Amino acid sequence: MFVALRDLRHARGRFTLMLVVIAMITFLVTFLASLTAGLSRESTSAVTDLPADHLAFAMPAPDDAPDFTASTVTPDQWQAWADAPGVTSADPLGVMTTRAESSTTTAPVTALGVEPGSVLLPGPARDLATGTVALSADAAAALAADVGDRVDVAGAELRVGAVVDEEVSFAHTPVVWTTLGDWQAVAAPRGDGPTATVVALTLDEPDATVAATDAALGTVTVTTAQARSAIGSFSAENGSLTTIQVFLLAISALVVGAFFTVWTISRAGDVAVLKALGASTRYLLRDAMGQAVVVLVLGVGAGTAVAVVAAALLGGAVPAVVGVATTLVPAVALVATGFVGAALAIVRITRIDPHAALAAR
Amino acid sequence: MDLHLDRITLVYPDGDETLTAVDDVSLTVPAGTTTALLGPSGSGKSSLLAVAGGLTRPTSGDVRIGEDVAFGPHTPLRAATRTRLEQVGIVFQAPQLLASLTALEQLELHAHLRGRRPATVRDEATALLGEVGLADLAHRHPAQLSGGQRQRVAIARALVGSPDVLLVDEPTSALDHERGTQVVELVTRLARERGAAAVIVSHDASTLGSVDRTVRIVNGRLETAEALVPG
Ligand SMILES: Nc1ncnc2c1ncn2[C@@H]1O[C@H](COP(=O)(O)OP(=O)(O)OP(=O)(O)O)[C@@H](O)[C@H]1O
Ligand SMILES: [Mg+2]
Repeated sequence: MFVALRDLRHARGRFTLMLVVIAMITFLVTFLASLTAGLSRESTSAVTDLPADHLAFAMPAPDDAPDFTASTVTPDQWQAWADAPGVTSADPLGVMTTRAESSTTTAPVTALGVEPGSVLLPGPARDLATGTVALSADAAAALAADVGDRVDVAGAELRVGAVVDEEVSFAHTPVVWTTLGDWQAVAAPRGDGPTATVVALTLDEPDATVAATDAALGTVTVTTAQARSAIGSFSAENGSLTTIQVFLLAISALVVGAFFTVWTISRAGDVAVLKALGASTRYLLRDAMGQAVVVLVLGVGAGTAVAVVAAALLGGAVPAVVGVATTLVPAVALVATGFVGAALAIVRITRIDPHAALAAR
Repeated sequence: MDLHLDRITLVYPDGDETLTAVDDVSLTVPAGTTTALLGPSGSGKSSLLAVAGGLTRPTSGDVRIGEDVAFGPHTPLRAATRTRLEQVGIVFQAPQLLASLTALEQLELHAHLRGRRPATVRDEATALLGEVGLADLAHRHPAQLSGGQRQRVAIARALVGSPDVLLVDEPTSALDHERGTQVVELVTRLARERGAAAVIVSHDASTLGSVDRTVRIVNGRLETAEALVPG
Protein backbone atom coordinates (compact mmCIF):
# COMPACT_ATOMS: atom_id res chain seq x y z
CA MET A 1 0.00 0.00 0.00
CA PHE A 2 2.81 2.37 -0.93
CA VAL A 3 0.51 4.81 -2.72
CA ALA A 4 -2.70 4.07 -0.78
CA LEU A 5 -1.34 5.05 2.61
CA ARG A 6 0.22 8.22 1.26
CA ASP A 7 -3.05 9.10 -0.46
CA LEU A 8 -4.86 8.58 2.86
CA ARG A 9 -2.55 11.07 4.50
CA HIS A 10 -2.61 13.47 1.56
CA ALA A 11 -6.41 13.54 1.19
CA ARG A 12 -6.88 13.62 4.95
CA GLY A 13 -9.97 15.81 4.86
CA ARG A 14 -11.94 13.62 2.48
CA PHE A 15 -11.05 10.41 4.26
CA THR A 16 -11.80 11.89 7.68
CA LEU A 17 -15.25 12.85 6.45
CA MET A 18 -15.78 9.30 5.24
CA LEU A 19 -14.50 7.86 8.50
CA VAL A 20 -16.97 9.98 10.43
CA VAL A 21 -19.86 8.85 8.23
CA ILE A 22 -18.90 5.19 8.60
CA ALA A 23 -18.44 5.63 12.34
CA MET A 24 -21.87 7.24 12.68
CA ILE A 25 -23.59 4.47 10.73
CA THR A 26 -21.71 1.91 12.79
CA PHE A 27 -22.80 3.64 15.97
CA LEU A 28 -26.42 3.46 14.83
CA VAL A 29 -26.22 -0.19 13.84
CA THR A 30 -24.36 -1.28 16.96
CA PHE A 31 -26.53 0.73 19.29
CA LEU A 32 -29.66 -0.63 17.62
CA ALA A 33 -28.30 -4.15 17.88
CA SER A 34 -27.67 -3.63 21.59
CA LEU A 35 -31.13 -2.16 22.00
CA THR A 36 -32.72 -5.00 20.03
CA ALA A 37 -30.95 -7.53 22.20
CA GLY A 38 -31.98 -5.65 25.34
CA LEU A 39 -35.61 -5.36 24.30
CA SER A 40 -35.57 -8.98 23.25
CA ARG A 41 -34.36 -10.00 26.71
CA GLU A 42 -37.06 -7.92 28.33
CA SER A 43 -39.62 -9.65 26.15
CA THR A 44 -38.41 -13.19 26.37
CA SER A 45 -35.99 -13.95 29.20
CA ALA A 46 -38.73 -15.78 31.15
CA VAL A 47 -38.93 -18.22 28.24
CA THR A 48 -35.33 -18.40 27.04
CA ASP A 49 -33.93 -18.80 30.56
CA LEU A 50 -36.27 -21.69 31.44
CA PRO A 51 -34.41 -24.88 32.34
CA ALA A 52 -36.21 -26.61 29.47
CA ASP A 53 -35.47 -26.99 25.79
CA HIS A 54 -38.94 -27.23 24.27
CA LEU A 55 -42.42 -25.87 24.95
CA ALA A 56 -45.62 -27.67 23.97
CA PHE A 57 -48.52 -25.35 23.12
CA ALA A 58 -52.11 -26.40 22.64
CA MET A 59 -53.86 -23.97 20.34
CA PRO A 60 -57.63 -23.65 19.87
CA ALA A 61 -57.33 -24.56 16.19
CA PRO A 62 -54.74 -27.08 15.04
CA ASP A 63 -53.26 -24.77 12.37
CA ASP A 64 -52.76 -21.77 14.68
CA ALA A 65 -49.20 -20.60 15.27
CA PRO A 66 -48.06 -21.00 18.89
CA ASP A 67 -49.19 -18.07 21.02
CA PHE A 68 -48.94 -17.65 24.77
CA THR A 69 -52.23 -15.78 25.07
CA ALA A 70 -54.30 -18.43 23.32
CA SER A 71 -52.63 -21.68 24.36
CA THR A 72 -54.20 -23.90 27.03
CA VAL A 73 -52.84 -27.32 28.03
CA THR A 74 -54.79 -29.84 30.14
CA PRO A 75 -53.50 -32.20 32.83
CA ASP A 76 -54.10 -35.09 30.42
CA GLN A 77 -51.73 -33.51 27.97
CA TRP A 78 -48.88 -32.82 30.39
CA GLN A 79 -49.29 -36.30 31.92
CA ALA A 80 -49.13 -37.84 28.47
CA TRP A 81 -46.04 -35.74 27.61
CA ALA A 82 -44.38 -36.86 30.85
CA ASP A 83 -45.05 -40.49 29.93
CA ALA A 84 -43.89 -40.16 26.32
CA PRO A 85 -40.61 -41.88 25.45
CA GLY A 86 -37.44 -39.80 25.49
CA VAL A 87 -38.92 -37.12 27.77
CA THR A 88 -36.67 -36.23 30.72
CA SER A 89 -39.09 -33.77 32.27
CA ALA A 90 -42.49 -32.33 31.44
CA ASP A 91 -43.82 -29.56 33.68
CA PRO A 92 -46.97 -27.50 33.26
CA LEU A 93 -46.36 -23.75 33.14
CA GLY A 94 -49.03 -21.07 33.45
CA VAL A 95 -48.26 -17.72 31.87
CA MET A 96 -50.46 -14.69 32.46
CA THR A 97 -49.62 -11.01 32.19
CA THR A 98 -51.66 -9.12 34.74
CA ARG A 99 -51.58 -6.41 37.38
CA ALA A 100 -50.03 -6.70 40.84
CA GLU A 101 -50.67 -4.40 43.75
CA SER A 102 -48.59 -3.89 46.88
CA SER A 103 -49.50 -1.73 49.84
CA THR A 104 -47.86 1.25 48.16
CA THR A 105 -48.07 0.82 44.39
CA THR A 106 -49.24 -1.21 41.43
CA ALA A 107 -47.30 -2.62 38.50
CA PRO A 108 -47.89 -4.85 35.50
CA VAL A 109 -46.29 -8.26 36.01
CA THR A 110 -46.36 -11.66 34.39
CA ALA A 111 -47.40 -14.42 36.76
CA LEU A 112 -45.82 -17.79 36.06
CA GLY A 113 -47.78 -20.65 37.62
CA VAL A 114 -45.51 -23.55 38.51
CA GLU A 115 -45.99 -26.76 40.57
CA PRO A 116 -44.09 -26.44 43.88
CA GLY A 117 -40.67 -28.10 43.77
CA SER A 118 -40.52 -27.92 39.98
CA VAL A 119 -37.18 -27.21 38.31
CA LEU A 120 -38.96 -24.37 36.52
CA LEU A 121 -38.71 -22.38 39.74
CA PRO A 122 -35.47 -20.51 40.36
CA GLY A 123 -33.42 -22.05 43.20
CA PRO A 124 -34.32 -19.67 46.05
CA ALA A 125 -38.04 -20.09 45.29
CA ARG A 126 -38.02 -23.86 44.77
CA ASP A 127 -40.11 -24.51 47.94
CA LEU A 128 -42.84 -22.02 46.96
CA ALA A 129 -45.94 -22.74 49.05
CA THR A 130 -49.60 -22.20 48.30
CA GLY A 131 -50.58 -18.65 49.16
CA THR A 132 -47.13 -17.24 48.56
CA VAL A 133 -45.49 -15.51 45.62
CA ALA A 134 -41.83 -15.23 44.60
CA LEU A 135 -40.79 -11.93 43.06
CA SER A 136 -38.04 -11.37 40.52
CA ALA A 137 -35.67 -8.51 41.35
CA ASP A 138 -37.47 -6.15 38.99
CA ALA A 139 -40.90 -7.08 40.29
CA ALA A 140 -39.76 -6.47 43.85
CA ALA A 141 -38.41 -3.08 42.82
CA ALA A 142 -41.51 -2.16 40.82
CA LEU A 143 -43.84 -3.11 43.69
CA ALA A 144 -41.51 -1.84 46.42
CA ALA A 145 -42.17 -5.14 48.16
CA ASP A 146 -39.96 -7.48 50.17
CA VAL A 147 -40.21 -10.90 51.83
CA GLY A 148 -43.17 -11.02 54.15
CA ASP A 149 -45.12 -8.20 52.47
CA ARG A 150 -48.54 -8.85 51.05
CA VAL A 151 -49.07 -8.51 47.33
CA ASP A 152 -52.27 -8.75 45.36
CA VAL A 153 -51.79 -10.61 42.06
CA ALA A 154 -54.81 -10.41 39.73
CA GLY A 155 -57.08 -10.31 42.74
CA ALA A 156 -55.42 -13.06 44.77
CA GLU A 157 -53.94 -11.95 48.07
CA LEU A 158 -50.48 -13.58 48.39
CA ARG A 159 -47.55 -13.25 50.75
CA VAL A 160 -44.09 -12.64 49.34
CA GLY A 161 -42.18 -15.85 50.11
CA ALA A 162 -38.96 -15.04 48.32
CA VAL A 163 -37.28 -12.38 46.23
CA VAL A 164 -35.11 -13.89 43.50
CA ASP A 165 -32.05 -11.84 42.70
CA GLU A 166 -32.46 -12.24 38.93
CA GLU A 167 -33.94 -10.08 36.20
CA VAL A 168 -36.55 -12.26 34.55
CA SER A 169 -39.23 -10.70 32.40
CA PHE A 170 -41.89 -11.54 29.86
CA ALA A 171 -43.36 -9.08 27.35
CA HIS A 172 -41.59 -6.18 29.12
CA THR A 173 -43.12 -7.02 32.47
CA PRO A 174 -41.21 -8.43 35.45
CA VAL A 175 -42.00 -12.01 36.42
CA VAL A 176 -43.56 -13.28 39.63
CA TRP A 177 -43.92 -16.97 40.43
CA THR A 178 -46.97 -18.55 42.09
CA THR A 179 -48.01 -22.13 42.58
CA LEU A 180 -49.91 -23.58 39.67
CA GLY A 181 -52.95 -23.90 41.96
CA ASP A 182 -52.92 -20.20 42.89
CA TRP A 183 -52.30 -19.32 39.25
CA GLN A 184 -55.28 -21.43 38.10
CA ALA A 185 -57.49 -19.70 40.63
CA VAL A 186 -56.92 -16.26 39.12
CA ALA A 187 -56.24 -17.07 35.46
CA ALA A 188 -59.50 -17.01 33.57
CA PRO A 189 -60.42 -20.68 33.33
CA ARG A 190 -60.15 -21.83 29.77
CA GLY A 191 -61.48 -25.26 28.85
CA ASP A 192 -62.36 -27.77 31.53
CA GLY A 193 -60.60 -28.24 34.80
CA PRO A 194 -57.27 -26.98 36.05
CA THR A 195 -55.17 -26.04 33.08
CA ALA A 196 -51.83 -24.40 32.32
CA THR A 197 -50.56 -22.41 29.30
CA VAL A 198 -47.78 -24.65 28.02
CA VAL A 199 -45.80 -27.76 28.95
CA ALA A 200 -42.10 -27.11 29.49
CA LEU A 201 -40.16 -30.09 28.21
CA THR A 202 -36.65 -31.44 28.42
CA LEU A 203 -36.23 -33.97 25.63
CA ASP A 204 -33.55 -36.59 24.94
CA GLU A 205 -34.16 -36.93 21.24
CA PRO A 206 -36.52 -34.17 20.07
CA ASP A 207 -36.53 -35.39 16.48
CA ALA A 208 -37.92 -38.78 17.47
CA THR A 209 -40.36 -37.56 20.10
CA VAL A 210 -41.93 -34.30 19.00
CA ALA A 211 -43.82 -35.12 15.81
CA ALA A 212 -45.44 -38.34 17.08
CA THR A 213 -46.41 -36.95 20.47
CA ASP A 214 -47.74 -33.70 19.01
CA ALA A 215 -49.89 -35.71 16.60
CA ALA A 216 -51.21 -37.94 19.35
CA LEU A 217 -51.95 -35.14 21.83
CA GLY A 218 -52.92 -32.26 19.53
CA THR A 219 -50.07 -30.05 20.81
CA VAL A 220 -47.62 -27.84 18.90
CA THR A 221 -44.09 -28.19 20.24
CA VAL A 222 -41.29 -25.75 19.47
CA THR A 223 -37.88 -24.99 20.97
CA THR A 224 -37.70 -22.29 23.63
CA ALA A 225 -35.88 -20.08 21.10
CA GLN A 226 -38.70 -20.52 18.59
CA ALA A 227 -41.24 -19.90 21.36
CA ARG A 228 -40.07 -16.26 21.49
CA SER A 229 -42.21 -15.67 18.42
CA ALA A 230 -45.23 -16.72 20.45
CA ILE A 231 -44.77 -13.53 22.50
CA GLY A 232 -46.57 -10.69 20.72
CA SER A 233 -44.22 -7.87 21.76
CA PHE A 234 -41.13 -9.80 20.64
CA SER A 235 -42.19 -10.48 17.07
CA ALA A 236 -43.33 -6.89 16.54
CA GLU A 237 -40.18 -5.23 17.92
CA ASN A 238 -37.65 -7.68 16.67
CA GLY A 239 -39.00 -7.59 13.13
CA SER A 240 -38.93 -3.82 12.77
CA LEU A 241 -35.60 -3.29 14.54
CA THR A 242 -33.94 -6.00 12.47
CA THR A 243 -35.34 -4.43 9.31
CA ILE A 244 -33.84 -1.07 10.30
CA GLN A 245 -30.46 -2.69 10.86
CA VAL A 246 -30.53 -4.47 7.53
CA PHE A 247 -31.39 -1.17 5.85
CA LEU A 248 -28.54 0.57 7.65
CA LEU A 249 -26.16 -2.13 6.45
CA ALA A 250 -27.35 -1.64 2.88
CA ILE A 251 -27.09 2.15 3.22
CA SER A 252 -23.57 1.88 4.57
CA ALA A 253 -22.54 -0.35 1.67
CA LEU A 254 -24.03 2.19 -0.74
CA VAL A 255 -22.36 5.15 0.95
CA VAL A 256 -18.99 3.41 1.00
CA GLY A 257 -19.51 2.36 -2.62
CA ALA A 258 -20.44 5.89 -3.65
CA PHE A 259 -17.43 7.36 -1.86
CA PHE A 260 -15.00 4.98 -3.46
CA THR A 261 -16.65 5.45 -6.85
CA VAL A 262 -16.01 9.19 -6.70
CA TRP A 263 -12.56 8.65 -5.22
CA THR A 264 -11.58 6.11 -7.89
CA ILE A 265 -12.84 8.36 -10.68
CA SER A 266 -10.91 11.30 -9.26
CA ARG A 267 -7.70 9.30 -9.22
CA ALA A 268 -8.21 7.71 -12.64
CA GLY A 269 -5.33 9.85 -13.95
CA ASP A 270 -3.00 8.55 -11.25
CA VAL A 271 -4.07 5.00 -11.98
CA ALA A 272 -3.34 5.44 -15.69
CA VAL A 273 0.12 6.78 -14.80
CA LEU A 274 0.77 3.92 -12.39
CA LYS A 275 -0.24 1.43 -15.06
CA ALA A 276 1.98 3.16 -17.60
CA LEU A 277 4.86 2.98 -15.12
CA GLY A 278 4.35 -0.77 -14.97
CA ALA A 279 1.97 -1.35 -12.05
CA SER A 280 -0.06 -4.50 -12.61
CA THR A 281 -3.82 -4.32 -12.27
CA ARG A 282 -3.57 -6.79 -9.40
CA TYR A 283 -1.14 -4.53 -7.56
CA LEU A 284 -3.46 -1.55 -8.03
CA LEU A 285 -6.54 -3.48 -6.88
CA ARG A 286 -4.72 -4.71 -3.80
CA ASP A 287 -3.51 -1.19 -3.07
CA ALA A 288 -7.00 0.32 -3.39
CA MET A 289 -8.79 -2.46 -1.51
CA GLY A 290 -6.21 -2.23 1.26
CA GLN A 291 -7.02 1.45 1.52
CA ALA A 292 -10.76 0.67 1.70
CA VAL A 293 -10.16 -1.88 4.45
CA VAL A 294 -8.13 0.64 6.46
CA VAL A 295 -10.94 3.20 6.16
CA LEU A 296 -13.62 0.64 7.01
CA VAL A 297 -11.81 -0.87 9.98
CA LEU A 298 -10.96 2.56 11.44
CA GLY A 299 -14.49 3.90 10.91
CA VAL A 300 -16.27 0.80 12.14
CA GLY A 301 -13.87 0.47 15.06
CA ALA A 302 -14.48 4.06 16.16
CA GLY A 303 -18.26 3.71 15.77
CA THR A 304 -18.33 0.47 17.75
CA ALA A 305 -16.23 1.98 20.53
CA VAL A 306 -18.56 4.97 20.83
CA ALA A 307 -21.62 2.71 20.81
CA VAL A 308 -20.20 0.48 23.56
CA VAL A 309 -19.42 3.51 25.70
CA ALA A 310 -22.87 5.00 25.04
CA ALA A 311 -24.61 1.72 25.86
CA ALA A 312 -22.64 1.47 29.09
CA LEU A 313 -23.47 5.06 30.07
CA LEU A 314 -27.15 4.72 29.18
CA GLY A 315 -27.38 1.22 30.67
CA GLY A 316 -29.84 2.37 33.32
CA ALA A 317 -32.10 4.31 30.96
CA VAL A 318 -32.42 1.91 28.02
CA PRO A 319 -32.38 -1.86 27.95
CA ALA A 320 -29.14 -2.21 25.93
CA VAL A 321 -27.19 -5.44 26.00
CA VAL A 322 -23.51 -5.22 24.99
CA GLY A 323 -21.94 -8.48 23.88
CA VAL A 324 -20.22 -10.20 21.01
CA ALA A 325 -23.51 -10.50 19.12
CA THR A 326 -24.25 -6.79 19.43
CA THR A 327 -20.74 -5.41 18.75
CA LEU A 328 -18.45 -7.81 16.92
CA VAL A 329 -21.15 -9.29 14.68
CA PRO A 330 -22.50 -5.92 13.40
CA ALA A 331 -18.91 -4.65 13.05
CA VAL A 332 -17.90 -7.62 10.93
CA ALA A 333 -21.10 -7.29 8.89
CA LEU A 334 -20.43 -3.58 8.29
CA VAL A 335 -16.84 -4.17 7.23
CA ALA A 336 -17.95 -7.02 4.97
CA THR A 337 -20.79 -5.11 3.26
CA GLY A 338 -18.60 -1.99 3.03
CA PHE A 339 -15.89 -4.11 1.44
CA VAL A 340 -18.36 -5.33 -1.17
CA GLY A 341 -19.51 -1.75 -1.87
CA ALA A 342 -15.92 -0.55 -2.17
CA ALA A 343 -14.94 -3.51 -4.33
CA LEU A 344 -17.74 -2.80 -6.79
CA ALA A 345 -16.47 0.78 -7.06
CA ILE A 346 -12.81 -0.09 -7.23
CA VAL A 347 -13.05 -2.72 -9.99
CA ARG A 348 -13.31 0.16 -12.42
CA ILE A 349 -9.53 0.35 -12.03
CA THR A 350 -9.34 -2.66 -14.34
CA ARG A 351 -10.90 -0.61 -17.14
CA ILE A 352 -8.52 2.36 -16.95
CA ASP A 353 -6.25 2.53 -19.99
CA PRO A 354 -2.56 3.32 -19.33
CA HIS A 355 -2.54 5.11 -22.69
CA ALA A 356 -4.47 7.92 -20.98
CA ALA A 357 -1.30 8.87 -19.10
CA LEU A 358 0.11 10.30 -22.33
CA ALA A 359 -2.69 12.86 -22.49
CA ALA A 360 -1.89 16.10 -20.74
CA ARG A 361 -3.80 16.58 -17.51
CA MET B 1 20.11 -2.69 -26.00
CA ASP B 2 18.88 -1.07 -29.19
CA LEU B 3 15.24 -0.20 -29.74
CA HIS B 4 13.78 -1.40 -33.04
CA LEU B 5 10.43 -0.36 -34.42
CA ASP B 6 9.65 -2.79 -37.23
CA ARG B 7 6.99 -1.68 -39.70
CA ILE B 8 4.67 -0.29 -37.04
CA THR B 9 1.12 0.57 -38.06
CA LEU B 10 -1.48 1.80 -35.61
CA VAL B 11 -5.11 2.18 -36.70
CA TYR B 12 -7.68 3.75 -34.39
CA PRO B 13 -11.38 3.08 -34.87
CA ASP B 14 -12.96 6.41 -35.81
CA GLY B 15 -16.73 6.10 -35.82
CA ASP B 16 -17.64 3.85 -38.74
CA GLU B 17 -14.26 4.48 -40.31
CA THR B 18 -10.70 4.06 -39.16
CA LEU B 19 -7.87 6.50 -38.66
CA THR B 20 -4.30 5.43 -39.40
CA ALA B 21 -2.28 7.33 -36.78
CA VAL B 22 0.98 5.50 -37.49
CA ASP B 23 1.60 4.19 -40.99
CA ASP B 24 4.31 1.57 -41.57
CA VAL B 25 7.03 3.22 -39.51
CA SER B 26 10.41 1.54 -39.10
CA LEU B 27 13.09 3.07 -36.89
CA THR B 28 16.12 1.88 -34.97
CA VAL B 29 17.44 3.76 -31.94
CA PRO B 30 20.86 2.49 -30.88
CA ALA B 31 21.54 2.09 -27.16
CA GLY B 32 23.01 5.23 -25.61
CA THR B 33 21.63 7.57 -28.29
CA THR B 34 18.68 9.92 -28.43
CA THR B 35 16.38 10.24 -31.41
CA ALA B 36 14.05 13.21 -31.61
CA LEU B 37 10.64 12.65 -33.17
CA LEU B 38 9.48 15.91 -34.70
CA GLY B 39 6.18 16.65 -36.35
CA PRO B 40 3.10 18.83 -36.39
CA SER B 41 0.21 18.35 -34.02
CA GLY B 42 -1.80 15.25 -34.79
CA SER B 43 0.95 13.70 -36.88
CA GLY B 44 1.11 10.56 -34.72
CA LYS B 45 4.08 11.27 -32.43
CA SER B 46 2.37 10.33 -29.17
CA SER B 47 0.75 7.36 -30.87
CA LEU B 48 4.11 6.02 -31.99
CA LEU B 49 5.50 6.59 -28.52
CA ALA B 50 2.53 4.73 -27.00
CA VAL B 51 3.28 1.74 -29.21
CA ALA B 52 7.01 1.89 -28.46
CA GLY B 53 6.20 1.87 -24.73
CA GLY B 54 3.63 -0.91 -24.91
CA LEU B 55 0.79 1.37 -23.83
CA THR B 56 -1.11 0.51 -27.01
CA ARG B 57 -0.80 -2.62 -29.15
CA PRO B 58 0.26 -1.90 -32.72
CA THR B 59 -2.21 -2.99 -35.38
CA SER B 60 0.75 -4.59 -37.13
CA GLY B 61 4.49 -4.59 -36.70
CA ASP B 62 6.70 -5.31 -33.69
CA VAL B 63 8.63 -3.35 -31.11
CA ARG B 64 11.89 -5.10 -30.28
CA ILE B 65 14.27 -4.33 -27.45
CA GLY B 66 17.54 -6.00 -28.38
CA GLU B 67 16.61 -9.24 -30.09
CA ASP B 68 13.36 -9.89 -28.21
CA VAL B 69 9.95 -8.77 -29.37
CA ALA B 70 8.75 -6.57 -26.53
CA PHE B 71 5.37 -5.43 -27.87
CA GLY B 72 3.45 -6.83 -30.83
CA PRO B 73 -0.16 -6.94 -31.98
CA HIS B 74 -0.87 -9.94 -29.75
CA THR B 75 1.31 -9.28 -26.72
CA PRO B 76 -0.75 -10.05 -23.58
CA LEU B 77 -1.48 -7.07 -21.37
CA ARG B 78 0.32 -8.58 -18.39
CA ALA B 79 3.45 -9.28 -20.39
CA ALA B 80 3.43 -5.72 -21.73
CA THR B 81 3.06 -4.33 -18.19
CA ARG B 82 5.94 -6.48 -16.98
CA THR B 83 8.20 -5.38 -19.86
CA ARG B 84 7.31 -1.75 -19.23
CA LEU B 85 8.20 -2.14 -15.56
CA GLU B 86 11.54 -3.77 -16.22
CA GLN B 87 12.80 -2.30 -19.49
CA VAL B 88 11.02 0.95 -20.33
CA GLY B 89 11.05 4.36 -18.70
CA ILE B 90 8.41 6.88 -19.81
CA VAL B 91 8.27 10.64 -19.28
CA PHE B 92 4.82 11.97 -20.05
CA GLN B 93 3.84 15.24 -21.68
CA ALA B 94 2.57 16.49 -18.32
CA PRO B 95 4.89 15.42 -15.49
CA GLN B 96 2.16 13.12 -14.11
CA LEU B 97 3.63 12.94 -10.63
CA LEU B 98 1.46 11.51 -7.85
CA ALA B 99 0.33 14.35 -5.60
CA SER B 100 0.71 12.41 -2.36
CA LEU B 101 4.32 11.32 -2.91
CA THR B 102 7.50 13.30 -2.31
CA ALA B 103 10.03 13.58 -5.11
CA LEU B 104 12.10 10.78 -3.60
CA GLU B 105 9.01 8.60 -3.15
CA GLN B 106 8.06 9.03 -6.80
CA LEU B 107 11.32 7.24 -7.57
CA GLU B 108 11.08 4.67 -4.78
CA LEU B 109 7.65 3.70 -6.04
CA HIS B 110 9.40 1.93 -8.88
CA ALA B 111 11.08 -0.46 -6.47
CA HIS B 112 7.77 -1.10 -4.75
CA LEU B 113 6.05 -1.85 -8.05
CA ARG B 114 8.72 -4.44 -8.67
CA GLY B 115 7.99 -6.02 -5.31
CA ARG B 116 11.15 -4.73 -3.65
CA ARG B 117 11.50 -2.68 -0.51
CA PRO B 118 11.65 1.04 -1.43
CA ALA B 119 14.72 1.42 0.76
CA THR B 120 16.64 -0.80 -1.65
CA VAL B 121 16.60 1.91 -4.31
CA ARG B 122 17.05 4.86 -2.02
CA ASP B 123 20.70 5.35 -2.96
CA GLU B 124 19.98 5.09 -6.67
CA ALA B 125 16.97 7.39 -6.33
CA THR B 126 18.93 9.97 -4.37
CA ALA B 127 21.75 9.85 -6.91
CA LEU B 128 19.28 10.31 -9.78
CA LEU B 129 17.66 13.30 -8.09
CA GLY B 130 21.15 14.71 -7.71
CA GLU B 131 21.83 14.20 -11.41
CA VAL B 132 18.74 16.18 -12.36
CA GLY B 133 19.75 18.88 -9.89
CA LEU B 134 17.09 18.25 -7.25
CA ALA B 135 19.10 16.71 -4.40
CA ASP B 136 17.86 19.41 -2.02
CA LEU B 137 14.22 19.03 -2.94
CA ALA B 138 13.92 15.24 -2.47
CA HIS B 139 11.34 15.55 0.28
CA ARG B 140 9.04 18.03 -1.40
CA HIS B 141 5.65 17.12 -2.78
CA PRO B 142 4.84 18.01 -6.42
CA ALA B 143 2.70 20.95 -5.32
CA GLN B 144 5.83 22.51 -3.80
CA LEU B 145 7.88 22.23 -7.03
CA SER B 146 7.98 24.42 -10.13
CA GLY B 147 6.89 23.05 -13.50
CA GLY B 148 10.47 22.55 -14.64
CA GLN B 149 11.43 20.85 -11.37
CA ARG B 150 8.47 18.51 -11.71
CA GLN B 151 9.52 17.64 -15.23
CA ARG B 152 13.00 16.80 -13.96
CA VAL B 153 11.57 14.57 -11.21
CA ALA B 154 9.58 12.80 -13.94
CA ILE B 155 12.79 12.25 -15.94
CA ALA B 156 14.59 10.90 -12.87
CA ARG B 157 11.61 8.61 -12.15
CA ALA B 158 11.77 7.19 -15.67
CA LEU B 159 15.41 6.27 -15.16
CA VAL B 160 15.03 4.29 -11.92
CA GLY B 161 16.11 0.71 -12.48
CA SER B 162 18.19 1.68 -15.55
CA PRO B 163 15.66 0.95 -18.30
CA ASP B 164 16.89 -0.09 -21.73
CA VAL B 165 14.47 2.29 -23.40
CA LEU B 166 13.61 5.86 -22.41
CA LEU B 167 10.55 7.46 -24.02
CA VAL B 168 9.93 11.16 -23.51
CA ASP B 169 6.75 12.89 -24.75
CA GLU B 170 6.89 16.67 -25.30
CA PRO B 171 9.04 17.48 -22.27
CA THR B 172 9.42 21.08 -23.32
CA SER B 173 5.87 22.11 -24.08
CA ALA B 174 5.41 23.78 -20.71
CA LEU B 175 8.88 25.31 -20.52
CA ASP B 176 10.55 28.36 -22.03
CA HIS B 177 13.14 27.91 -24.77
CA GLU B 178 16.17 27.89 -22.49
CA ARG B 179 14.74 25.46 -19.99
CA GLY B 180 13.36 23.29 -22.79
CA THR B 181 16.83 23.07 -24.31
CA GLN B 182 18.24 22.16 -20.90
CA VAL B 183 15.72 19.34 -20.45
CA VAL B 184 16.56 17.88 -23.87
CA GLU B 185 20.25 18.12 -23.03
CA LEU B 186 19.59 16.37 -19.73
CA VAL B 187 17.74 13.51 -21.42
CA THR B 188 20.44 13.15 -24.06
CA ARG B 189 23.23 13.10 -21.49
CA LEU B 190 21.49 10.64 -19.16
CA ALA B 191 20.62 8.32 -22.06
CA ARG B 192 24.26 8.34 -23.15
CA GLU B 193 25.63 7.80 -19.63
CA ARG B 194 23.22 4.99 -18.89
CA GLY B 195 23.22 3.33 -22.28
CA ALA B 196 19.50 3.77 -22.85
CA ALA B 197 17.90 4.04 -26.27
CA ALA B 198 15.96 7.30 -25.98
CA VAL B 199 13.14 8.75 -28.09
CA ILE B 200 12.11 12.30 -27.38
CA VAL B 201 8.97 13.75 -28.96
CA SER B 202 8.81 17.43 -29.75
CA HIS B 203 7.32 19.95 -32.12
CA ASP B 204 9.94 22.56 -31.34
CA ALA B 205 13.08 21.85 -33.40
CA SER B 206 14.98 24.73 -31.81
CA THR B 207 15.39 22.85 -28.51
CA LEU B 208 16.80 19.72 -30.13
CA GLY B 209 20.43 20.76 -30.69
CA SER B 210 21.82 18.10 -28.41
CA VAL B 211 20.10 15.00 -29.81
CA ASP B 212 21.91 12.44 -31.95
CA ARG B 213 19.30 12.26 -34.65
CA THR B 214 16.03 13.87 -35.64
CA VAL B 215 13.25 12.21 -37.63
CA ARG B 216 10.12 13.91 -38.91
CA ILE B 217 6.71 12.32 -38.87
CA VAL B 218 3.82 13.72 -40.93
CA ASN B 219 0.43 12.09 -41.19
CA GLY B 220 1.75 9.00 -39.46
CA ARG B 221 4.64 8.45 -41.90
CA LEU B 222 8.33 9.07 -41.39
CA GLU B 223 9.41 11.76 -43.85
CA THR B 224 13.03 12.57 -43.43
CA ALA B 225 15.70 10.88 -41.44
CA GLU B 226 18.48 13.26 -40.71
CA ALA B 227 21.39 11.50 -39.02
CA LEU B 228 23.80 13.34 -36.81
CA VAL B 229 27.07 11.93 -35.64
CA PRO B 230 26.61 10.48 -32.18
CA GLY B 231 28.71 12.48 -29.77
N1 LIG C 1 -7.16 7.15 -28.53
C1 LIG C 1 -7.39 7.63 -29.79
N2 LIG C 1 -8.46 7.23 -30.48
C2 LIG C 1 -8.71 7.68 -31.72
N3 LIG C 1 -7.91 8.55 -32.36
C3 LIG C 1 -6.81 8.98 -31.73
C4 LIG C 1 -6.49 8.56 -30.41
N4 LIG C 1 -5.34 9.16 -30.04
C5 LIG C 1 -4.97 9.93 -31.07
N5 LIG C 1 -5.84 9.83 -32.07
C6 LIG C 1 -5.70 10.47 -33.39
O1 LIG C 1 -4.52 9.98 -33.99
C7 LIG C 1 -3.83 11.03 -34.61
C8 LIG C 1 -2.42 11.15 -34.07
O2 LIG C 1 -2.53 11.60 -32.72
P1 LIG C 1 -1.27 11.79 -31.78
O3 LIG C 1 -1.77 12.05 -30.41
O4 LIG C 1 -0.39 10.62 -31.95
O5 LIG C 1 -0.63 13.10 -32.40
P2 LIG C 1 0.65 13.93 -31.90
O6 LIG C 1 1.58 13.95 -33.03
O7 LIG C 1 1.13 13.43 -30.61
O8 LIG C 1 0.00 15.38 -31.71
P3 LIG C 1 0.35 16.50 -30.63
O9 LIG C 1 1.59 17.17 -31.07
O10 LIG C 1 -0.82 17.42 -30.71
O11 LIG C 1 0.49 15.84 -29.29
C9 LIG C 1 -4.66 12.29 -34.42
O12 LIG C 1 -5.43 12.49 -35.58
C10 LIG C 1 -5.55 11.95 -33.25
O13 LIG C 1 -6.78 12.62 -33.38
MG1 LIG D 1 1.22 14.19 -28.51
